[in-house]
Amino acid sequence: MALRTWNPFHELDMLRREVGRVFDDFGNWDSPFSRVSFLPGVSARAYPMMNVSEDSEKVYVEALAPGLNPDSLEVTINGDQLRMAGEKPGLEDVKPEAFHRSERGAGRFVRTMTLPTEVDADQVSAQYKNGLLLITLPKAEEAKPKQISVSVE
Amino acid sequence: MAETTVPAKREEKNVPSTREEARTLSPPVDIFENDDGLVVVADLPGVSKENVDVRVENNTLTIKGHAEGICPTEPQYQEFELLDFFRQFQLSEAVDQDRIKAELKNGVLMLHLPKKEQAKPRQITVNVG
Repeated sequence: MALRTWNPFHELDMLRREVGRVFDDFGNWDSPFSRVSFLPGVSARAYPMMNVSEDSEKVYVEALAPGLNPDSLEVTINGDQLRMAGEKPGLEDVKPEAFHRSERGAGRFVRTMTLPTEVDADQVSAQYKNGLLLITLPKAEEAKPKQISVSVE
Repeated sequence: MAETTVPAKREEKNVPSTREEARTLSPPVDIFENDDGLVVVADLPGVSKENVDVRVENNTLTIKGHAEGICPTEPQYQEFELLDFFRQFQLSEAVDQDRIKAELKNGVLMLHLPKKEQAKPRQITVNVG
């Protein structure tokens, strides 16, 4: 439980975040993947969608990116900015009039995010499996949690 | 190629989301025609070869997939949820169901649905009596 004094600016900031989140969640509530991928301009949204998690040693970024050309994937780190770029190739040699349905997007993408902690950029690894991209970022030594022993007198 | 929902398994509106087992995602698909027949391309991220189930019953094509994440921890900031995939299509009579081929690569399923060989035109000899 957070213990803090009432701060009107903090409250305003919270409200701003709350409103921002409503818009972030737009079209995202019950079936995020399908709903979003039906939108015509896939590039108009943040692509790929990602989940971020961390444990005491590492930060994990998992991105939903099926059908990428693995050679086109670029993951770069600059300070606390993680940037991923790549290309999802479209179907080749298909005439536009031959399509019955076209719901999957295609094209180049770039997405950057701010990492929650400092990471050791030399130790970052990325794995692409079954259309999911997992980036494992070991935390920098100074960002790891420190156990502080309490001496009882 | 019409889309159908034969079993009542698909996600429906007004069904409480606590019924976790029934929650599925409908994968986005591309369907196009080439000289051989139809090709169905579906995005199934997180689905491996062992976890995909494609079957044809009563002229209905069913695509099912169980998605598994590769991240070792639970997400703290979440934009997507990996649910199982489910989608059905009604096939036309012209599809040769014995020759359907499927391949899965990088989370993209490609189904080739060839057309049946057209009934060959037959010459009918006319006997003049």
